[in-house]
Amino acid sequence: MEAQTLTYIFVGLSFALYIGIAIASRAKSTNDFYVAGKGVNPVANGMATAADWMSAASFLSMAGLIAFLGRDGSVYLMGWTGGYVLLALLLAPYLRKYGKYTVPDFIGERYYSNVARVVAVICLIFISFTYIAGQMRGVGIVFSRFLEVEIEMGVIIGMGIVFIYAVLGGMKGITYTQVAQYCVMIFAYLVPAIFLSIMLTGNPIPQLGFGDKLLNSDIYLIDKLDKTIIDLGFSPYTEYSKSLIDIFCITAALMFGTAGLPHVIVRFFTVPNMQAARRSAGYALVFIAILYTTAPAVASFARLNFIDSVQNTSYEDAPDWFKNWENIGLISWMDKNQDGKMQYSSGSPFVESRPIFTDKRGSLGQRLLENEANTSSSNEVYLDRDIIVLANPEIANLPIWVIALVAAGGLAAALSTAAGLLLVISSSISHDLMKQTFMPQITEKKELLYARLAAGITILLAGILGIFPPAFVAQVVAFAFGLAASTLFPVLFMGIFSKKTTKEAAIGGMLTGLVFTFSYIVFFKFISPELNNSDHWLLGISPEGIGVIGMIFNFLVMLLITKSTKSPPESVINLVETIRRP
Amino acid sequence: MTFWQKNLILLSCLLFFWFLCSFGFGILFSEYISFIKIGGFELGFWFSQQGSIYVFIILIFTYSYLVERLERKEKK
Repeated sequence: MEAQTLTYIFVGLSFALYIGIAIASRAKSTNDFYVAGKGVNPVANGMATAADWMSAASFLSMAGLIAFLGRDGSVYLMGWTGGYVLLALLLAPYLRKYGKYTVPDFIGERYYSNVARVVAVICLIFISFTYIAGQMRGVGIVFSRFLEVEIEMGVIIGMGIVFIYAVLGGMKGITYTQVAQYCVMIFAYLVPAIFLSIMLTGNPIPQLGFGDKLLNSDIYLIDKLDKTIIDLGFSPYTEYSKSLIDIFCITAALMFGTAGLPHVIVRFFTVPNMQAARRSAGYALVFIAILYTTAPAVASFARLNFIDSVQNTSYEDAPDWFKNWENIGLISWMDKNQDGKMQYSSGSPFVESRPIFTDKRGSLGQRLLENEANTSSSNEVYLDRDIIVLANPEIANLPIWVIALVAAGGLAAALSTAAGLLLVISSSISHDLMKQTFMPQITEKKELLYARLAAGITILLAGILGIFPPAFVAQVVAFAFGLAASTLFPVLFMGIFSKKTTKEAAIGGMLTGLVFTFSYIVFFKFISPELNNSDHWLLGISPEGIGVIGMIFNFLVMLLITKSTKSPPESVINLVETIRRP
Repeated sequence: MTFWQKNLILLSCLLFFWFLCSFGFGILFSEYISFIKIGGFELGFWFSQQGSIYVFIILIFTYSYLVERLERKEKK
């Protein structure tokens, strides 16, 4: 059977499964819609959290990113897992004990102020929207490569599926589809990883193969990789190339940002009690770790494999996958020394950052480029890092059903995260803005209707962002984490661990974190990108890591304002005591 | 000591290990422990790409176990 037919079957089956689950678990009340009736088993919730958390970026891009960043890629591995420790120890159990529906709900009530609630909603919407656009784009890429439909069509199909189960089922439908999506996704990730590990090291466990010797040789895989890329002019795979302070701050920003992400926190509102919330965070991290400890192994295998199959190979003998991805425009080759062979080394092959293709083909069939050659590097090959995971099964010559499986897995990753984000956006609109702030007299039935309407509109907007992606989608990801770390995390933390923090302090703290982090990122990413290097950064901290400094400012402002304002009312102090009690 | 104070001490101890294994072994003192090797891994590299994640999992379950014990005592 052809790869494409098989992909259709795999993707079709997985979609049918998601829709089936959605119909079986329709939401009947706002309690079902917002928090799945608070009756989800902690293990199932752990799995759903893992699917919710691991986005198209984790599934498709992370291994590729690490393959090319090497040791610097550790910031993502530690940053995106360490946040769960903070979540399980400091936030999740207490927020569950509080027992309402959304993150702004807690902020609004703990800080006895609807202004604080609305500021929290603004932060939440900003954080979640930057994320969801990326998910829709991921859906589009998978569709266009494997099912050969236009990216636009792919996005529309993806929107349709998410619409059915998010609008019908709310949190309840989303939870159980996410459980199914986790299974699809992790299976799809592990199969090629195990194959690759056996091929290279003979060890079937990728986490061990990563530290093992190469097959029929006495050399460790990592040492070989280090040596190979150093010979090609890259910096060593196992050493940091960024400054330690920057590495430190990026890792911390990702950790605190993770702990402050509303769509992750909300997942812990769905379990029966605070003990279950803690354990559930542990299970979630176990399920996440299965992918996150495999990813760096896959990264090292892929880097080695890629160099092996490309370096000094003549274009005529280039493998099929090379030409397939070249046709899509994510790989290119510019024969700078006219020897018909592909040379790969450090540096960009051309002056521009991306290839600009002409309609013409060269004498060997390669796509010709309009780019100006970069004479300071002998590198001839351009590779988009996002394709590593998708291309891996092809690079390693794995059977075609593995390729089909990976496509279904990538879609599962993108759809599950999109659905989770959609839910926090729509519930913060229908619950926090409508019910709690502007239209307190509406009935539960009406609120549920508004929640569904808001979900529908959000999907449409997200789809439009997916079809017409703003050029800066990739860059705004730094926003989401930086903002979550510098706005929501400190306010939630102080709301639980300090009885004295006042509403003025919370509002001032959130606004300080928001304005500082926002302006720093906007300045270096959009206003003066030419200054975006360590000479101009504050203390040598890049925009990706600046959220930590924003967070520190937020804490300082809160402490200062609390000292000079009237202490919170008795009822709030009682609330804090209640949520701390087991 | 009240339940809450005991809880705060427990949290601080566990967060110390959280910091040590990720920011400590994985980043700040990575260089100083890299003479130790497990398989092909230098210890610092292993902590930053594998080990810290395992430690995180252990920390969450340890906390969950210990604090539930505290909670049971408190309820009595």
